[in-house]
Amino acid sequence: MNDPGYWSIFLNAALINNFVLAYFLGICPFFGVSAKLETAVRMSGAVCFVMLVASVCAFGINLVLEAINAPYLRIISYILVISSTVQLVEMLLRKLSPPTFKALGIFLPLITTNCAIFGLALFQTNKGYGFTQAIVYALGAGAGFALALVLMAGVREKLDLADVPQIFKGTAAALVVAGILSMGFMGFAGLGR
Amino acid sequence: MAPKQVKSTDEFIKGLWRDNPVFIQMLGLCPALAVSNTAINALAMGAATIFVLVMAGLSVSLLRNFIPREARIVSYICIIATFVTCVDYAIMAISIELHRALGAFIALIVVNCLILGRSEAFASKNKPHVAVMDGLGMGVGFTLALFFIGAMREVLGSGTLFGVDLFPDGFQTWTVMVLPSGGFFAMAIWLLVVNWIRQRQEAAEKRAADQTGEAAS
Repeated sequence: MNDPGYWSIFLNAALINNFVLAYFLGICPFFGVSAKLETAVRMSGAVCFVMLVASVCAFGINLVLEAINAPYLRIISYILVISSTVQLVEMLLRKLSPPTFKALGIFLPLITTNCAIFGLALFQTNKGYGFTQAIVYALGAGAGFALALVLMAGVREKLDLADVPQIFKGTAAALVVAGILSMGFMGFAGLGR
Repeated sequence: MAPKQVKSTDEFIKGLWRDNPVFIQMLGLCPALAVSNTAINALAMGAATIFVLVMAGLSVSLLRNFIPREARIVSYICIIATFVTCVDYAIMAISIELHRALGAFIALIVVNCLILGRSEAFASKNKPHVAVMDGLGMGVGFTLALFFIGAMREVLGSGTLFGVDLFPDGFQTWTVMVLPSGGFFAMAIWLLVVNWIRQRQEAAEKRAADQTGEAAS
């Protein structure tokens, strides 16, 4: 594997292979919390933050697992460490910065079962990224998630006011919007490598 | 409250339609959209999920009296992750091509909210045989949904089904259906169909109820 530059890793994760619209990761929060712009912004903040933490953790675990030659423990240890890190972060935030904690609210625990976080940890291992590369990848993925979520929320707020046929209401309409957004993101495929 | 004696066949059937995990409960959407670009992939993913669902349901149900409440989520995740690792290695042994096609999504079964959801909501409160039936029903419902989406995407996107050509040479394939956005569209179309059928059913039931009401009065 040749070494892609930081900028291309970032663009790749954020736009070309957007986690939500190209890999279908984190679809549940994508549809769950994209009804309002404000909650979408908060959720994206929380996800970016946890992605960064998880990426660092996954890098550490991978070093240990490779040292003891036990790749079959990867799935189980990643998920355990990620979920306990989220808990730890939650406790720390509550102590150190109550306003941030209040702003993130219910979203922090929900993130544990967000497949985007777990997917990020797996992909960065599969791609064999180094430490800084992994961090840039996490930042890119977080930015991509935030972008998709905020765009979606903006569209859905408008959609609420529109006159939609009864059977189309709710998720079906949201899915079509997501499909069109995803087509739009395909246009980025020409960027970078 | 549910009656005490639940028939296990009911638990099986409810997963197929009334509580279908993908179309009704909207659980496990990520794998449903991500690996459904061909019918084969969809079925393989469904089979893997059925295995994990049933085994996790069985284990959680057997251990339900030993797992302390505070540590239950972590325990469930451990159980699920164990079985997912088994499936991951089994698929790698059976067909390395399939493993490559499904990619990281086998490992991502761990964070499939469907499995954790059933463990928490059902298996932790019911006897093992009922939990297994529930897992089987949910799993088959999930697989059916995946297969419908996958078949639609494969037929329209590549003009084949299970790799067999369906159309004469002149057919222009809808490439968009095998691309990511096609997943969203196929899912939306099936959701519309399901909504439409359900609405008709509800209307028919209402009409039937009105008629019996009139007959009684």
